[in-house]
Amino acid sequence: MTDTPSGKTGQVAAAGEQPAGEERPVAGGAAAAGESTVAEQAAAGAPSRRSVLGWGGAGLALGAAAAGGAVAVARAGDDTQPAAAESGAAVAFHGVHQAGIATPVQDRLHFAAFDVRTTDRAVFVQLLKDWTEAARRLTAGQAVGEGAYGGLAEAPPDDTGEALGLKPSRLTLTIGFGPSLFEKFGLADRRPEALVDLPKFAGDNLDRARSGGDLCVQACADDPQVAVHAIRNLARIGFGKVVIRWSQLGFGKTSSTTPDAQTPRNLMGFKDGTRNIAGTETGRLKKFVWVEDTDTGPDSAWMTGGSYLVARRIRMNIETWDRTSLQEQEDIFGRDKGEGAPVGRAKERDEPFLKAMKPDAHVRLAHPDTNAGATLLRRGYSFTDGTDGLGRLDAGLFFLAYQRDVRKGFVPVQRSLAADSLNEYIQHVGSAVFAIPPGVRDRDDWWGRALFAAAPGDGTNSAGTNSKEA
Amino acid sequence: MRAVRLSVVTAAATAAALAAVTGCTEKSGAAGGDRVVEVTATDTGCEVSKKEFPAGHVQIDVTNKGSKVTEVYLLFPDDRIVTERENIGPGTSQKVTAEVKAGDYRIACKPGMKGKGIRQDVTVTGAGKVAKRDPRLDAAVASYRQYAQEQADGTLPEAKVFTDAVKAGDVEAAKKAYAPSRIGWERTEPVAESFGDIDPKVDLREDGLEEGQDLEKDWTGWHRLERSLWKDEKLTDRDSELADQLMKDLTDWQNRVGKAEITPTSMANGAKELLDEVATGKVTGEEERYSHTDLVDFKANVEGAEKSYELLKPVASENDAALTKELDTQFAALDTLLDKYRKDKSSYEFTSYDKVGKAEQKELSDAVNALAEPLSKLAAAVVATK
Repeated sequence: MTDTPSGKTGQVAAAGEQPAGEERPVAGGAAAAGESTVAEQAAAGAPSRRSVLGWGGAGLALGAAAAGGAVAVARAGDDTQPAAAESGAAVAFHGVHQAGIATPVQDRLHFAAFDVRTTDRAVFVQLLKDWTEAARRLTAGQAVGEGAYGGLAEAPPDDTGEALGLKPSRLTLTIGFGPSLFEKFGLADRRPEALVDLPKFAGDNLDRARSGGDLCVQACADDPQVAVHAIRNLARIGFGKVVIRWSQLGFGKTSSTTPDAQTPRNLMGFKDGTRNIAGTETGRLKKFVWVEDTDTGPDSAWMTGGSYLVARRIRMNIETWDRTSLQEQEDIFGRDKGEGAPVGRAKERDEPFLKAMKPDAHVRLAHPDTNAGATLLRRGYSFTDGTDGLGRLDAGLFFLAYQRDVRKGFVPVQRSLAADSLNEYIQHVGSAVFAIPPGVRDRDDWWGRALFAAAPGDGTNSAGTNSKEA
Repeated sequence: MRAVRLSVVTAAATAAALAAVTGCTEKSGAAGGDRVVEVTATDTGCEVSKKEFPAGHVQIDVTNKGSKVTEVYLLFPDDRIVTERENIGPGTSQKVTAEVKAGDYRIACKPGMKGKGIRQDVTVTGAGKVAKRDPRLDAAVASYRQYAQEQADGTLPEAKVFTDAVKAGDVEAAKKAYAPSRIGWERTEPVAESFGDIDPKVDLREDGLEEGQDLEKDWTGWHRLERSLWKDEKLTDRDSELADQLMKDLTDWQNRVGKAEITPTSMANGAKELLDEVATGKVTGEEERYSHTDLVDFKANVEGAEKSYELLKPVASENDAALTKELDTQFAALDTLLDKYRKDKSSYEFTSYDKVGKAEQKELSDAVNALAEPLSKLAAAVVATK
């Protein structure tokens, strides 16, 4: 089982690393644009399509396993990227990396940032264990604890019940640790250097109530009810130990990690993230997303296999944007609105010619070539939280970007975007940064073990109140 | 060999299946198989499988074989509700459970969910099982009943100070006496609410009026006077009438509180309900929207919950020590947090809630959630038997 995905991954990665225009061969006249022939381009593009078929197959197999009720164990210890592309299937929870980063992006999000209220490390470690067990069940499409019904009539059920009868819906739960967490438990020396406090960026108008957090949990699923159910039940297990500081619902993924999927559009109507890192691009994932052991000193070796997440709530001035002329909109992005092709190019995936764009065009300023190669894996979602008191749509982009080092990822890109002409239409109103620990390896492992178990003072056992192994 | 193996597997599977079935039976049987009453509801009938059953946990299995949506009640002889289940669709079944003491009751089916229903007299016998309840729990119920009575007795003089000031037209004195007059009520509100009719007369908020009710004619009780004192800043003849009415209704409460149905689980869930009151009404500042004395009610609710808990703790700690440890921690944390809002720990003069900032409100809300969630598990720890 393990050989198939990694074999395909290799092929696609090779294709992905081709410099330009490899994905969508341009028929006829546009052939002059590249040196490679149409035939070569087609050949390079083909494995990627096959690989998607393969993913679909894996997803179907998982779906079948789900019907048999053995999802969680079916792929335990599988160290390749989980590959459930089939909508509704279960995504493997165990792995070297946490699911929800390079795994195929689902359509819905409930992201929650928590503050830790307990100062007792043993209590917090027990919570991480209880959460891990709950996450293991939730991602497999099972109810939390002893379920939503059938228990004592006088007591509330363990599970809240609104996901009963729904499929696993490719739910992924991804945990992250904020900079403030390290202070709380005397772990300041184990805070990785790459987890920097973000500097103030030009144009930031950050609301403290929508920023920061000791912990985060990103819940992504094909069904919003499944994502909301997961966060709600984790919050419930956490009462008394952690509290939700802020949370964000998202819809309509704005980036794709599956190369052949159509690039989604943001609420401004533009395709964004065409060149996002795909879940199959082992090379670029290794280079830009996963933390390597060479990145970490002995104190932060626990981050190997992890990543760093920057979350930004970006409000869009929807009404003024909608009154902007098409020409200006296209100039601002540096792409056309219909096809999504970069200025002066024909097709969306044609390599952008940055100098053809206005100096303050978004794509030009965000492009790796402008930022010494800085590349992010984006996983953002659109959001609409109704309407503000002035009748304006409270909407925008909930930006989520994963990277190997925040100092080499988000920070230089965002600095570069200070000159972005798009800034007239957007405002960053929330911000947070988290260290995303490596994946949970097997049933004995738990979220954050590498950080908490190796440090002194972990004398905990399973004496907690919520440990309910099946 | 293959055949043998298969048969072993089959036997094992059968055994497992049997065990599962037995397990289920035992689970419902734990409440006593002879305490399961099957009710067959039709559009014209309400048949019960037995008319006599022993006290304790009773389970009513309702099947609606009629063509209309129905509801089923277990009623005391004076029509107070022991337990109920609404919206039972045609062709569907529902289970209703209750902890019932010996005595006469009625089971009522209401086809179409209208009228007084079709009734069957039933008798709950007191022999044996209910007496087997842990005597410490009976003692807890008795202590709590006494506590509820003391709170009512103590409230009447405080309420009189308040209503006398209202009748004298002394706005300042009435404002001062308002919050203290409510403390005993707030400590034991779930008991008062169990009567159904007193609570809407004395503690209704403006938005609790039903359609067709008149704000001036039908709205009575503390909050109506609160509005006169803080919003209108003046007292009228109508307020004097309301003051008299409040005293009358509170006296009614004082006379009836001793007869309230109290069980260990109603005490445990009552404690949780007090926290729910805080979470939905006080933390938001909706309860005392004119006087902003929400933190006084808040404190009283927590004290009442703590009283129930302390009385149940000896039994609960044996069944779930981790739970009572957590509850001790969270009660202490909430009490400490509340103390930040009063200068003198022996007084009930708390910070006006309109002076409590958003971040502080969230801190209070977080502390309430931290306590209420484990408190919701107290009933299970009380009924669990070793």
